[in-house]
Amino acid sequence: MKEAAIPGALGDESFEQEAREGWLSWVASVDHKQLGIMYLLGAFIFFLVAGMLALLMRVQLAVPNNHFLSPQMYNQFFTMHGTTMIFLVVVPLLVGFATYMVPLMIGARDMAFPRLNALSFWVQIFGGVMLYFSFATSGVNGGAPAVGWFSYAPLSETAYSYGPGVNYWILGLLGIGVGTLTAGINLMATIIAMRAPGMSIRRLPLFVWMTLITGFLIVVVMPILNAGLVMLLADRLLNAHFFRAETGGSAVLWQHVFWAFGHPEVYIMVLPAFGIISEVIPVFSGKPIYGYEFVAASTLAIAFLSLTVWAHHMFAVGLGHAFDMFFAICSMAISVPTGIKIFNWTATMYQGRVRFTTAMLFAVSFLLMFTIGGLSGIAFAVVPIDWQLTDSYFVVAHFHYVLFGGTAFALFAGVYYWFPKITGRMLDERWGKVHFWLTFIGFNLTFMIQHVLGMLGMPRRVFTYPPLPGWEAMNLLSTVGAFVLAFAVLILMINVAISLRSGKIAGDNPWDAWTLEWATTSPPPVENFTHGVPPINGRRPLWDLAHPDRTDAMMMKLAG
Amino acid sequence: MADKISPDRTLPDKTKLGVGLFLFSEAWFFLILLLTYMYFHSLPADGPGAANSLNVMHTLVFSVCLFLSSATIHLAAGSFRKGDRSRVNRWLALTVALGAIFLFGQVREYLGLFAHSVTISTNLFGSTFFTLTGFHGLHVLVGLVALMALLGIGMSGRLGDVKPSGFECVTIYWHFVDAVWVVIFTAVYVWPLIA
Repeated sequence: MKEAAIPGALGDESFEQEAREGWLSWVASVDHKQLGIMYLLGAFIFFLVAGMLALLMRVQLAVPNNHFLSPQMYNQFFTMHGTTMIFLVVVPLLVGFATYMVPLMIGARDMAFPRLNALSFWVQIFGGVMLYFSFATSGVNGGAPAVGWFSYAPLSETAYSYGPGVNYWILGLLGIGVGTLTAGINLMATIIAMRAPGMSIRRLPLFVWMTLITGFLIVVVMPILNAGLVMLLADRLLNAHFFRAETGGSAVLWQHVFWAFGHPEVYIMVLPAFGIISEVIPVFSGKPIYGYEFVAASTLAIAFLSLTVWAHHMFAVGLGHAFDMFFAICSMAISVPTGIKIFNWTATMYQGRVRFTTAMLFAVSFLLMFTIGGLSGIAFAVVPIDWQLTDSYFVVAHFHYVLFGGTAFALFAGVYYWFPKITGRMLDERWGKVHFWLTFIGFNLTFMIQHVLGMLGMPRRVFTYPPLPGWEAMNLLSTVGAFVLAFAVLILMINVAISLRSGKIAGDNPWDAWTLEWATTSPPPVENFTHGVPPINGRRPLWDLAHPDRTDAMMMKLAG
Repeated sequence: MADKISPDRTLPDKTKLGVGLFLFSEAWFFLILLLTYMYFHSLPADGPGAANSLNVMHTLVFSVCLFLSSATIHLAAGSFRKGDRSRVNRWLALTVALGAIFLFGQVREYLGLFAHSVTISTNLFGSTFFTLTGFHGLHVLVGLVALMALLGIGMSGRLGDVKPSGFECVTIYWHFVDAVWVVIFTAVYVWPLIA
């Protein structure tokens, strides 16, 4: 095996850590693998918390005219559920996988800026703690923010929310925002400047491609949110006038700023999930990805289009026809590059030797669930449909199909796919299948019915409802589904606990995968590649190593 | 895939790349604050505003100092590349002085406005003006700290320990702060003159 130099190899001063033992080795770590694991664990804890909030809300909604939660509590819970899931669960899980895997996949020793990496993680965690500290504020106006995750003015202004909850929300999000922004910069710099020899931009694994483009979106839109947040904070603490209509400010301006961030944020949450799917489906289909260039290029198209669709969240504002038309057309256009990807993945499976492991099951159901979420999304791009369904449970169903049926399913696929690499042991497949089916059934039971509830006119964010025909049964069904989903999470935790102790030893490459993270031991050594990075002559270095008689480069030449 | 392994390929410098990406994100932050200022400025409003509260000539003098400091840091960087340490210190000291004069000018301008009870809570002009120029001033302050750190290292004669990319990053940052002020100065101070 030809040995190649690793960028940022041993001797780089960033790595001259004293040998530390126990907890301190984690707290003081600047190693991308330890930080990646901490990202994943931290996000999982927040996932449990926000999941509990969701269960409490579903209990409240299980029967009409329920008094399990007070309206104030309910408002706080849905605000914290949404904020947590987006900023402290989905993004950190994706960043966590990227932090762990990207340096391995491009044959690097670590991230471009290891210390900044630690800073990103800890700032993000403390931002989350700050956000949750709001629950501890007391008094009539105390408690967590109760203004929804997009915190619309003027509701979020002191005139209507004079407790400190929204201040905690702003400061927590600024902290989390700084963490996410620096992580995005770090990942981009790593992918551009730390690649091993031979790892040209056209040979990057697709997960790395997706991370690169996500990094770009993070760098562009996190500062937009931060600008909005400092203006809202100035309104609240310094008595400024940005979003206060009574003194000439503009509440609609907040909506513009927030969604100019908020819609690209949706793609920040889904592009890395596309990346995981683009790794898992080829490996378990026994075929290279169909149309590599199309997957990468269509993602670039998505990234740029995503910056021009934000006002489809604002059709109900009354911005005028020309305005609505522009954003409706852009929103429909963005579904084209997204649809291309669905065909890429399906074509990859076509005529492949498909192995239905748990990871693959999650990946395939991702295709189905995400397509449903995508279709209801295109429906919203049609302005009259949006007017009819906006702020109803149809919206709730739609974005949960995108973010749970889409991103979370992809994340579960990633967990089953990469767990052996990270821990050295396989996640048990029998428990895995139970986990998959409970998740699949629980998820659809919870959210499919909400499409109907929305079309029947049930508004989102109401703490209770009268016993209207059909509403009772459907809400109860949705609540039952939520508990099935929660039980599935419990199964996952049991599976992880059992597999960590007595799972099958994984070996370097249990899935016969082709990307570089599988070339090293499981778990990888501190320096990632003890014997150097394997030669990189194509997109599938480990395939080339295993089949020197028919490498990708040779087959490409044969095909002309 | 025509590309072959070229052992002598050059990857971009990660430090400069990182700072470049950071400044790219900063540009979006300022863009939002600037658009907000311009949006509200374009609406008719009573009370204090850019036209009746700001002294363009005073600010122009201080702004020229900031623009000049871009030239002096450029000369400092040139001397640093040539290894002319005493010149580096001289140009750095001049850059710090010019940046400090600018900040002094801004503080003076703020105090003058406060004296006429124009603050962030007065009206939308106050809110947008102080937020936009205040965040810029904060960036100048951070740049001054970085410049003074370089100057301190230079004066203690350890400039050889500074990585070229590190020095260049401070330079790039300072140019960025300067460029942002060109835009802000045009939008906030020159615009009312034209209109």
